[in-house]
Amino acid sequence: MGYTITEKILLAHAQGVKDIAPGRFIKAGVDLCLGNDITSPIAIKEFRELGRDKVFNQKRIVLVPDHFTPAKDMKSANQAHMLKEFAGEFGIANYFEVGEMGVEHALIPERGLVLPGDLMIGADSHTCTHGALGAFATGVGSTDLAYAMAFGECWLKVPEAILVRFTGKPKKWVGGKDLILHAIADLGVSGALYKTLELAGDSMEYLSMDDRFSMCNMAIEAGAKNGIIAPDKTTEKYVKTVIRKYKPVRKSYKMLKSDKDASYAEVREYNVSKLEPVVAAPHLPSNGKPVSEFKNVKVDQVVIGSCTNGRISDIRQAAHVLKNRKVHPGTRLIVTPATQAIYKEAVREGYAETIIKSGGVFCTPSCGSCLGGHMGILAEGEVAVATTNRNFVGRMGHPKSFVYLSNPAVAAASAVKGKISHPSDL
Amino acid sequence: MKFKGKVHKFGDNINTDEIIPARYLNTSDPAELARHCMEDADPKFVKKLEEGDIIVAGENFGCGSSREHAPIAIKAAGVSCVIAKSFARIFYRNAINIGLPILTSPSAAETLREGDTARVNASKGEIVKSGRTKVYKSEVFPGFIREIIKSGGLMEYAKSREEKKSAVKVKKKMKK
Repeated sequence: MGYTITEKILLAHAQGVKDIAPGRFIKAGVDLCLGNDITSPIAIKEFRELGRDKVFNQKRIVLVPDHFTPAKDMKSANQAHMLKEFAGEFGIANYFEVGEMGVEHALIPERGLVLPGDLMIGADSHTCTHGALGAFATGVGSTDLAYAMAFGECWLKVPEAILVRFTGKPKKWVGGKDLILHAIADLGVSGALYKTLELAGDSMEYLSMDDRFSMCNMAIEAGAKNGIIAPDKTTEKYVKTVIRKYKPVRKSYKMLKSDKDASYAEVREYNVSKLEPVVAAPHLPSNGKPVSEFKNVKVDQVVIGSCTNGRISDIRQAAHVLKNRKVHPGTRLIVTPATQAIYKEAVREGYAETIIKSGGVFCTPSCGSCLGGHMGILAEGEVAVATTNRNFVGRMGHPKSFVYLSNPAVAAASAVKGKISHPSDL
Repeated sequence: MKFKGKVHKFGDNINTDEIIPARYLNTSDPAELARHCMEDADPKFVKKLEEGDIIVAGENFGCGSSREHAPIAIKAAGVSCVIAKSFARIFYRNAINIGLPILTSPSAAETLREGDTARVNASKGEIVKSGRTKVYKSEVFPGFIREIIKSGGLMEYAKSREEKKSAVKVKKKMKK
């Protein structure tokens, strides 16, 4: 029996085993481990209690203070400061201060820090994003991060896999976000619990890396352990570009794919050639329905950004919709590019100006509004359309506020109309 | 590991934003986190809770973020264990890693009601509703995980491993 791409990566990193099968527990070496300003403080405290004088590898740890930064209050400032202090003391090469900092799951691939074939763990649930590069990447907790920083390894249960095949060319205004919301609506929020979500099919050839990142990003929203897409020409072009640009320490990568006789717990196929943009209603990401089904949903706030849809193609799409248009009176539009490089490009290309002229605000990179941290909290009864990943109760503010998830074009169109709208309704 | 406590019942897909909302994540102090435990799922939870009480929930408990603050808040609030039909995977490993006993038992989660008292033997994976005799079984952890739990969590496991290593070094030195 052949292996899935996930099994191949796990086998290559597992210690002392010659074969691998779903359900088996392994100790695996990690190529990269990640923490942010919410999860790292606990990890740092635990690491220090261990009494070690060095980390397993100074170049394979990434610390990004991106959630509550630029610090929203004193406690958050103290938490972010812990990362800075620790990074200085232990010589962590990849610590990113505000100004260089970006939303971790956009920043790390952009810098070429994670590569195809890698095994990466991150103390952040959306670490599954990096599977878009054909890497195994999974979210863990702070204690796992502490352990990995010390020993460079992690315990893992080899997951079963669900193969999701997307077929057909997506229509205009339909992107990776819509495809994954469509799949999650079918799978449910626990449909892929403990499992791999392997995304494949001929639709991939129409999807950019930005689209693929937003798809793997939301694998966790179906409960999955990891999302993964086998690397192809699009992947390789992206990887070669970022390596050339940022010259990361590690430059070699492995382009793997699943064997033809690999076994899957389940196979699902979606023809997406007729799919409309999908909007997920409160309070679960699995409540996705075609945008046209949402009639007269008044919107108080629109958020475009996050590790799901804060990349340059997302900002470009929003700017395209907003060009020569005005944000509806009574609606707030908050656009947050995910990294400093994306921010700069948006300024250079004039997207930032378009957004500001339309009446929106253009913020510095941060995870803030997505998790109800800062820079756009919802009041009681308020409704938001967000390009983010979760619409749980209280996710973006008051427990009695409402979040609808969408792609950037639908979000921008909704900002213009003041209610949930399809971009072609403008 | 034996517990007896009053049941607090929750539904499916209780997520980490409900267990400990992000507005309280500017600290990792367990006592402070405990004060807001389950706040967006049941604002009165902490008031009602007595030391040793048990959370019983449906499918996918702890879904959402990777925040270890969620099991920490539950443990620090005084909850002895969580029984659910299933757990979200990051919550599951976080609970193991910090030593919060969790039991996967669809039948117990189905049967137990708000206000019931339950007796739990976490090592054996047995759950009994007080006043009854029927034993509900929970999934028993594989050996690998039992080792971590036995050590009292992943870092304790790591510390004992460090001690063993240094003991070996000392022995080697003594031989020289």
